[in-house]
Amino acid sequence: MATSDVELTGSTAAYSADNPAPLIEPPRARTPRTARSTSRTRTNFELYGWVFMRLSGIVLAVLVVGHLLIQLVLDGGVSKVSFAFVAGRWASPFWQGWDLLMLWLAMLHGANGLRTVINDYAERDGTRFWLKMLLYAATVFTVLLGTLVIFTFDPNIR
Amino acid sequence: MATPVMDKVEAESPEPADSPYITATFRIRRFNPEAAAEAYWEDFQVEIDPKERVLDALHKIKWDMDGTLTFRRSCAHGICGSDAMRINGRNRLACKTLIKDLAPEKPITVEPIKGLTVQKDLIVDMEPFFQAYRDVMPFLVSHGNEPTRERLQSAADRERFDDTTKCILCAACTSSCPVYWNDGQYFGPAAIVNAHRFIFDSRDEAGEQRLEILNDRDGVWRCRTTFNCTDACPRGIEVTKAIQEVKRALITRRF
Repeated sequence: MATSDVELTGSTAAYSADNPAPLIEPPRARTPRTARSTSRTRTNFELYGWVFMRLSGIVLAVLVVGHLLIQLVLDGGVSKVSFAFVAGRWASPFWQGWDLLMLWLAMLHGANGLRTVINDYAERDGTRFWLKMLLYAATVFTVLLGTLVIFTFDPNIR
Repeated sequence: MATPVMDKVEAESPEPADSPYITATFRIRRFNPEAAAEAYWEDFQVEIDPKERVLDALHKIKWDMDGTLTFRRSCAHGICGSDAMRINGRNRLACKTLIKDLAPEKPITVEPIKGLTVQKDLIVDMEPFFQAYRDVMPFLVSHGNEPTRERLQSAADRERFDDTTKCILCAACTSSCPVYWNDGQYFGPAAIVNAHRFIFDSRDEAGEQRLEILNDRDGVWRCRTTFNCTDACPRGIEVTKAIQEVKRALITRRF
């Protein structure tokens, strides 16, 4: 059962001691250089991000479950939701504040989660950078648009 | 028709089933860059006592069947940390894994640990792993006059980091971590465990510096608490708990 007994296919038969095949490498590896380059940019950003995920998660659990109850379960369920229903709720600063807080926390919580996913899975630096730019642009757009709608909502719109 | 006489004769004859030996199939991930670009599985039938260890089976294969099989081992008794490998899909030390615990009636798979460059068969390049270890300064840092005798410490102070002193740097935890597989820039559980060993040592004075290193983008905040490391550790260190304790120290230091 020596290695020479193994059937070599045409593409792999050319490898020998003088011409070894490439090693099987993981996508990214740590080197002495990577350690030094990251140590220069030391901030508490990741710490704040981690704490934010925990705190916003707790607040969101209350906000989102409350939102779903009001919209889908209580007072006749989803059939009651209409333009008038939304207009009526947004007449109160309390529900405006509720929705605004939910929008900001959910968007930042989700964006930070996706940022972590991109950091993990994008192998090339360029891919990682552009995916994150796309994510940040989408987040900023959605948050600003939502905020604008909550504050400038006109119930008498035609 | 079975007569009492026939039964007696059968019971006295030595049955093959009395032998402690079984024939187990070892399905080993082979890679030889001098022969082929791809790794492949190779099966070896080994006649072995199931109370022996996987390392004994590997020795049998290397010494009696195929001398080209390549793997690391030094002490062969679970303390040097050389022979961590992926056995039946789990990271273990070959020298601490008994064959009878692996369901030997089915083929036993043996692979190199993941996330590190495979050099040949079961041997991986451990350099990135040790680089992360070196980056957390795994040594005592103390200023001022050196005591004339040993540095004293209360039993309670010693107990604080007792669990993380058990690490043998076998890389079973780091190479079981999905964050490390995807992104080799992460320090990995083993480096954090060894930082923990000094951060919580009352005699050490560089805890602050090590916390600062692990507060990094690729430090403890990348841990997703999947507990793969705790499951993989052949020394039974509560690795994820140690990582969480470093996180807690970073947070209490800040707030």
